[in-house]
Amino acid sequence: MTLLETEHVAVSPLRRGTPPRRRARGRAGHYFVAAYALLLLAFGIVPTAYSFYLAFTNDRGQFTGLNQFVKVVQDYRFGPAFTHMLIYLALWLVTLVVLVVLVAVILRSRVRPGTSALFRFLYYIPGALAGVASVLVWLFMLDPDVSPVSWLLKSMGMQTFAAVLAPANLPWILMLIAFWTGAGGWMVVMYGALNNIPDEVIEAARMDGAGPWRTAWHIQIPMIRQWIVYMTIMAFATGTQLFVEPQLLQTASLGRVSPTWSPNQLAYVYAFQQGDFNGAAAISVVLLAVGLLAAGLLVARSNLFRLDES
Amino acid sequence: MRTGAPRPGRHRTALRTAAAALSLSTAALLAGCASADTTAQSSSDQATFKPATQKDGSQITVWTDSTRLPSVQKYQKAHPDVKMDIVTYDGGADGSTYLQSKVQLFDRTGSGWPDVVFGSPTDVTWASEPTKPGVQPFAAPLDDKLVPQNTLDGFAKGSLTPCQFNGHTYCLRNDIAQVVLWYNKSLMDKWGYQVPTTWEQYEALGKKVAKEHPGYLVGSVGDTNSHESYFWSGQCPAFDLVKPDTLRTDLQDPDCTRTAKLLDGLIDAKAVTTKGFFSQGFAKDSGSKVLMAYGPSWYGQYLFKAAFNAPAKQIAAAPPLTWEGETKAATGNVGGGVWMVSSHSANLKASTDLVTWLTTSDENQASAPTYPAYTEAAQAWLKNPANSGYFANDVSEAFQQAADEVWTGWSNTKFSDATAWSSVVLPALTAGKSLTDTLPAWQKEISNEAKAHGYKVENQ
Repeated sequence: MTLLETEHVAVSPLRRGTPPRRRARGRAGHYFVAAYALLLLAFGIVPTAYSFYLAFTNDRGQFTGLNQFVKVVQDYRFGPAFTHMLIYLALWLVTLVVLVVLVAVILRSRVRPGTSALFRFLYYIPGALAGVASVLVWLFMLDPDVSPVSWLLKSMGMQTFAAVLAPANLPWILMLIAFWTGAGGWMVVMYGALNNIPDEVIEAARMDGAGPWRTAWHIQIPMIRQWIVYMTIMAFATGTQLFVEPQLLQTASLGRVSPTWSPNQLAYVYAFQQGDFNGAAAISVVLLAVGLLAAGLLVARSNLFRLDES
Repeated sequence: MRTGAPRPGRHRTALRTAAAALSLSTAALLAGCASADTTAQSSSDQATFKPATQKDGSQITVWTDSTRLPSVQKYQKAHPDVKMDIVTYDGGADGSTYLQSKVQLFDRTGSGWPDVVFGSPTDVTWASEPTKPGVQPFAAPLDDKLVPQNTLDGFAKGSLTPCQFNGHTYCLRNDIAQVVLWYNKSLMDKWGYQVPTTWEQYEALGKKVAKEHPGYLVGSVGDTNSHESYFWSGQCPAFDLVKPDTLRTDLQDPDCTRTAKLLDGLIDAKAVTTKGFFSQGFAKDSGSKVLMAYGPSWYGQYLFKAAFNAPAKQIAAAPPLTWEGETKAATGNVGGGVWMVSSHSANLKASTDLVTWLTTSDENQASAPTYPAYTEAAQAWLKNPANSGYFANDVSEAFQQAADEVWTGWSNTKFSDATAWSSVVLPALTAGKSLTDTLPAWQKEISNEAKAHGYKVENQ
């Protein structure tokens, strides 16, 4: 909305500007996009096409149909890895959506602007740490021997690092890490989206007698729905790519976490331990399909790409 | 404003994408049709070893772990005319597959292989075979005109077994890690305990210690390699390659269940801990309370001295335990590295000379950090006060006896024997389950791993 308005405003004083100038500007746009398009082609499209090629052939380059997929699906580690990933995704997406929206609404409507800016900054900080560094922070947090919150871990009956890393706890731990690093950035984004809602709308709601929670539920959240969907799609995609966190936990726990905990780790083991790049490609294609499916459903159900709601 | 109505085109594209994705994933799930076999098992075609074009005096690249780095540097110092590029990497420790991943990639790109590498015995299982059809196995067969037979004969009995495939020797064993009984001699003397010689005595003493001196420990099963100390020594057929492509793993064998039962009793009595000796915080909390430990020859220097900071002249080693009524003594092995030469090396002469010097020369091995696999070098090693002066008794007898008793029924497989133990058994023990109850899950995980790596599996 804002974007279109800006364009509208910017264009009108230049009415007399001749068509050729416009076209020149249009071409400049293409140049800007070209750099990105090239990178996308080199590091996005070509590798994807290559993995499709690998997934439908064997290591001698013969066409295998769907046999690579049958092979990986029948692998005894496939089911557990995808189950782990789905449990983790469910936990992580629900927590992310509920808490991020809640915090953004509170920061927007219930907190003074100065305090709100400070909190947004604080929430954002962990996101500035690279993935590996944030896992290391959590390794300390989760080890009752060194953790600043060891009393909490011990009161939950977990006396050792090994006990903390019990298989049932892993999705929760990974959810905590992902939320801690990822949520701050999304809070800032949601806050920006809430800022986009014209004051008159909120004003009108108040005049009609809506309290803050009613306003949030019936006005603000529906108006940023497309942002929430966008966040969900991105978070889903990152979630299915889960690799660094369980891999580091696996190393740090001296192998107590399975080396094929997540599908991406399984693909890694296929490629670099079993030397089966085709099987690895088949797993990544399955992941791609799952991601596309979820994104497609969300996009279709939410009209994310509808530019205006006239 | 420009746009009024929603764009049905976009909308439909999204739907179509979703539909395509859906049909693709369902197809992937349901597929039972289609052609062609999936992947080629590395064929055991016995192509003779063809060395790369040799270039005398060319630079050799050496990959070593940090523990053996000083040895390689020592060689460089003694042989300044050999051009060497020394690279430090993890050396295959803790089941790392770094070397394997890298060689897979080098095999795909056709260049980049290091000339000499230090690795784990597990590494030899894949390095002695082509990583994909049409490529040469990474490891050069050293018995094939590179290392003389009488040098190979000088290694401790059975210590080259992990190097041998298809009748060739693909590595030289650097060190062995024979399992012995470690004990705190000062405490044993003070409390008037006899050093056990059988498993039954060990069990009885453990229970006695738990009663008389609660908190003191006679062992741990919580490390990534504890199964090699106990189940390998117990001659449990967990990783028994009966044929090159057939793995026998039968954890209900009496040799497995008796070990599990013995340990369960000691765990219940709190004489054996399920926390790892090397786990975070153990040294600080319980390091001084370890009365006995059944583990490899390097426990002395690396566990008691380095991790537990036990004072000198307290710790002693005794020969491996036996079962009452059994004459055949057997022990386990926890690690021990190997040196391999790349079959792609352009300077096999310099590479072979380096691995021979590293593994067999007294000059290097007498002061090596771990017990040498080469018998003569091991004698020199034991004579070196730096390796024996710390201990309360003469460890030579225990070490030498154990070195020849390593049970050969525990094979090297293409997958690390530590994965199933660490990711299935240890979490179950932490959760309070008994070893005996966990044996079926352990066996299942080993069988699954074996099948995934192309082995046929026998569970009898």
